[in-house]
Amino acid sequence: MKRDAMLLVDALRDPSGITELDADGWTALLAMARAEQLLGTVARRLSGLSVPGAVANILGEARINAEYQRRSALWEADCARRALAGYPGKVVLMKGTAYAAAGLKASEGRHIGDLDIMVARDDLPQVEAALLAAGWEWVKSDPYDDAYYRDHMHELPPLIHKERDRMIDVHHTILPLTARPKPDAVAMLEDAVALENGLYVLSPRDMVIHSAAHLFADGELDGGLRNLWDIHCLLAEFGDESFWQMLKSRAEHHQLWPAVYRAGRLAHRLYGTEIAKDWQRRNRWDNWYAKRLTARDDWGRGTRKFIRLIFYIRSHWLRMPPLMLARHLWVKWRKPV
Amino acid sequence: MHEFRVQVGPAAFRIGSAWKRPLDQLAELYRDYPVPEVPDYSVRLKAVSFWRRFIRPSVAINGDYMLPDAAPLPLVQGLLAAEMAMNLQMALGWRRHLLLHASAVEKNGRAVIMTGASGSGKSTLAAMLGCRGWRLMGDEFVLLDPVTGELAPFPRLISLKNEAIGAMQAMALDGRFGPLMTGTPKGNIRHLVPARDAIRSMAEPAQPALLLFPSFGFEPAVREISLSEVFMRLTQASTNYVALGERGFTTLTRFIKTVPARAIDYRDGQEAEALVDRLWSELA
Repeated sequence: MKRDAMLLVDALRDPSGITELDADGWTALLAMARAEQLLGTVARRLSGLSVPGAVANILGEARINAEYQRRSALWEADCARRALAGYPGKVVLMKGTAYAAAGLKASEGRHIGDLDIMVARDDLPQVEAALLAAGWEWVKSDPYDDAYYRDHMHELPPLIHKERDRMIDVHHTILPLTARPKPDAVAMLEDAVALENGLYVLSPRDMVIHSAAHLFADGELDGGLRNLWDIHCLLAEFGDESFWQMLKSRAEHHQLWPAVYRAGRLAHRLYGTEIAKDWQRRNRWDNWYAKRLTARDDWGRGTRKFIRLIFYIRSHWLRMPPLMLARHLWVKWRKPV
Repeated sequence: MHEFRVQVGPAAFRIGSAWKRPLDQLAELYRDYPVPEVPDYSVRLKAVSFWRRFIRPSVAINGDYMLPDAAPLPLVQGLLAAEMAMNLQMALGWRRHLLLHASAVEKNGRAVIMTGASGSGKSTLAAMLGCRGWRLMGDEFVLLDPVTGELAPFPRLISLKNEAIGAMQAMALDGRFGPLMTGTPKGNIRHLVPARDAIRSMAEPAQPALLLFPSFGFEPAVREISLSEVFMRLTQASTNYVALGERGFTTLTRFIKTVPARAIDYRDGQEAEALVDRLWSELA
């Protein structure tokens, strides 16, 4: 039996292979899928295939749950739309809610958590005030954290709605301000595509770039298999012949070509995504990314502690320059938990 | 990691543990239950840190569904940790039925459902009636089938608290009790294995016939409750009403329109049993 989450990757890539699974194989697959928040996606991928009765019940439950998440995410987006009805600028949905609102394949069965939106940086005070007036409130009241978010992050400190208990992240760009790449947020907003209800989603190119940046230029690859599955779905849906060159030049404009290139290669390698011929190159570091992405055991627990640690350190390294990192860790360490 | 599996009604669990003892206790108490091949949920009892596996061992609850701020328990309460973890999977994960925080007992294929706040005595009442001619269907969760409207049994171990422990020791058979755990977050707790018939027929559903809202500690009384109040109280007693969407609404409204409901007050088990019997013959 496969000892890591390649079991999950293979089930998503080629669902017909599940006929070889025994009870332990199913148990491991379902546990890993839950841990990676991909159970709903697996349920969609396997629908119509013959599976053992107990498994069918679990997948059926996952479909109900995914439908619930989709419904509540779209409702939450609409609540934000109404709260910001008086704001003249673009309100751009991001990540899971955007995929659902735009009817993209990436949203099928997808877990959707918080609401992510993006607005122009200059308009943040206006948007913030409108959300506060509509019942959202700050999650953190710590002055250091608050100042840190406002000075260095790509989003406001998280807000939570006091009645619905749902979080909203208000972005003004797609990477922390302290990260080395400086994406062109103004261009992203300019190219955003209008939905029927007056909200926006990123253009196809920027959607892929944001997803890749989120995965490979920020964070420690936690939940990376789901993020990479998004990229797989987006590339499968958008990737005609003219798309690849446009994607590359746009990614270069945002200083994010390395992240996008890596996303394409790894999606191709793990999920068999069709990518441009000249993107299909070997890269020796990709092995380590693949190892990190699939580091799960048959209980869904994270494995490969050392590789995880390296990627954890990398995530902080990417996020801020060394001196600033030292200062940040010092403040965090001194503060009582 | 040690492993134990158990099937309770429609739900199958896999429990992993860094220590063997809590799983031995579970295996002893769940000895008459089936063992599933593919579990619905996995839960894990792990040490809060490496050293706390050995020194003043402390159990952190982990699983498919977790609460971010769940407090760890000492190892002597490991059995309680496992039970809490299994309940948590149901409360946060179950979507196949409308789940109500309630207890239920059955007679001739028809069931009484009892719901109310913690301390109302619903769990103890169900345990008691389960020893007196009724079949226990569950002391914590009631599962309503969205298609048939029937109740699916979920006869997990009965969790007796404080005074209920002594009361049930006088009534239930020896050899069906777990260890007494003192000083837990909910006081003293002792688990009771449901009667054999409750376990044997845990796949047999029942038709809901009577809904009661018991309150412990008052002069015996029976009150009618309006449909709208029943509806509001049950939406609050359900952990997945919102998640089920329209199916949740149709299941719940069908339930409250077809099942008569009463609030009952009582001071002891005898009074409660008399009230239940009376309402059962009048309404159900």
